[in-house]
Amino acid sequence: MSRRLFPWLIGLSLVFFVVAPILIVRAPLEQEMGLIQKIFYFHFSAWMAMYLGICVLGISSALFLFRRKPAVDRLAVSAAEAAILFGLMGLITGPIWAVKSWGVWWNWDARTTIALILELILVAYLLLRSYGGPGSDRLAAGLGMFAMANLPFLYISTNIWRTIHPPTSVVPTLPVDFGIPLWWSFAGFIVLCLALLTARVRLEEQRATLDRLYLALEDE
Amino acid sequence: MKRFLQVAWLVVRKDLRVESRNKEMLLTTLFFAVSCVLVFSFGFVRGGEAIEGSASGVLWITIAFSGTLALGRAFERERHHDALRGLLMAPVDRPAIYVGKLVGVLLLLALVEALVVVMVAFLFQAPLFRHGWWLLTLLSLGTIGFASVGTLFSAMLLRTRSRAVLLPVLLYPVTIPVLIMGVSGTFALVQPEPDLVLARVWVSLLFFFDIVFVTLALWTFEPVMTE
Repeated sequence: MSRRLFPWLIGLSLVFFVVAPILIVRAPLEQEMGLIQKIFYFHFSAWMAMYLGICVLGISSALFLFRRKPAVDRLAVSAAEAAILFGLMGLITGPIWAVKSWGVWWNWDARTTIALILELILVAYLLLRSYGGPGSDRLAAGLGMFAMANLPFLYISTNIWRTIHPPTSVVPTLPVDFGIPLWWSFAGFIVLCLALLTARVRLEEQRATLDRLYLALEDE
Repeated sequence: MKRFLQVAWLVVRKDLRVESRNKEMLLTTLFFAVSCVLVFSFGFVRGGEAIEGSASGVLWITIAFSGTLALGRAFERERHHDALRGLLMAPVDRPAIYVGKLVGVLLLLALVEALVVVMVAFLFQAPLFRHGWWLLTLLSLGTIGFASVGTLFSAMLLRTRSRAVLLPVLLYPVTIPVLIMGVSGTFALVQPEPDLVLARVWVSLLFFFDIVFVTLALWTFEPVMTE
């Protein structure tokens, strides 16, 4: 299935990413921040793709722990890697925006801090999978669920703490001129995330098949 | 429920009995905590004056470090003679075993914290006892949050390679929010003009985090520990 889906998804994301810069350039300049505000279209979308990755990681981890299906474990590890990638994009685009609009590269804003913590948990997840040895897949699944437990805090952080990030009410109430490039980029990142997930799951499936074949060969 | 608590209490009693005989975990953790505070005081106290705000950070970092040391040893006894398998094969609720182990770790950390708080108050001249009950609440909630995740991770890493390295690698990212809340809450209490409203906010957030962490840990302990 992932084999058939991947070309479609990557093609679709290509369309999104070719058109996105045109829409972003045509969007009006924000009065206060000017040109630097345009980073928002990719910054927000990258975080949303990370949210998606973490949700997939958390749900597939829970399914793996309680149902023990290897297929969902392969999905979990793929989602963790995708989430790290998009989280890294958010962590890189954030400071570029911050230095122009707030005057500092980094400040320990509640949302920035929780996002960084989540990125660390995901890296820890991959470290556990790489160096934990046999059985670490189940332990990693436990950790994956803890990662997902942090997600609501990340989302509501701007509403409960006084942060310099805008509250969650800003995005749904954006004027149409800003909204179109934003939701277009958002769709592009989500489709790219799904494309990467399918490709990565396929790689894991092939690895599992290879392992099975090796074991069968040794048994003969 | 009664049976659940009985099993948990049995595990606590077993751990306390073993510990009372050799005192290995208690003494090593206490000694480590003392060394930690001393090292920090060499770094952050100049001419009898501590750097502003350092006391709350030192207090919680010491708890986190010595807690990690204790957690690393929490299931060590069960590794020998296949004791873990025996414990897991007992016809009891597995979460009860987890709760028993968690209570054991909490009791140990309570002793360590009693000493660390006095040392930090003394060496960093921090008015930690000015709002003693608030500090006690913060410490209790923070330690529960830290140890609930730590006990689960310590148990699940028992069968893995390089567990000594992996425990802090997994534990710190997950428990950083608890430590941040603990440090910020304590700072609100010891600053020249204590901010009790802010301290209350951190206490309620810690309480919320604890509920999430303990629930998740109880929920995942059984499937994670099943071979």
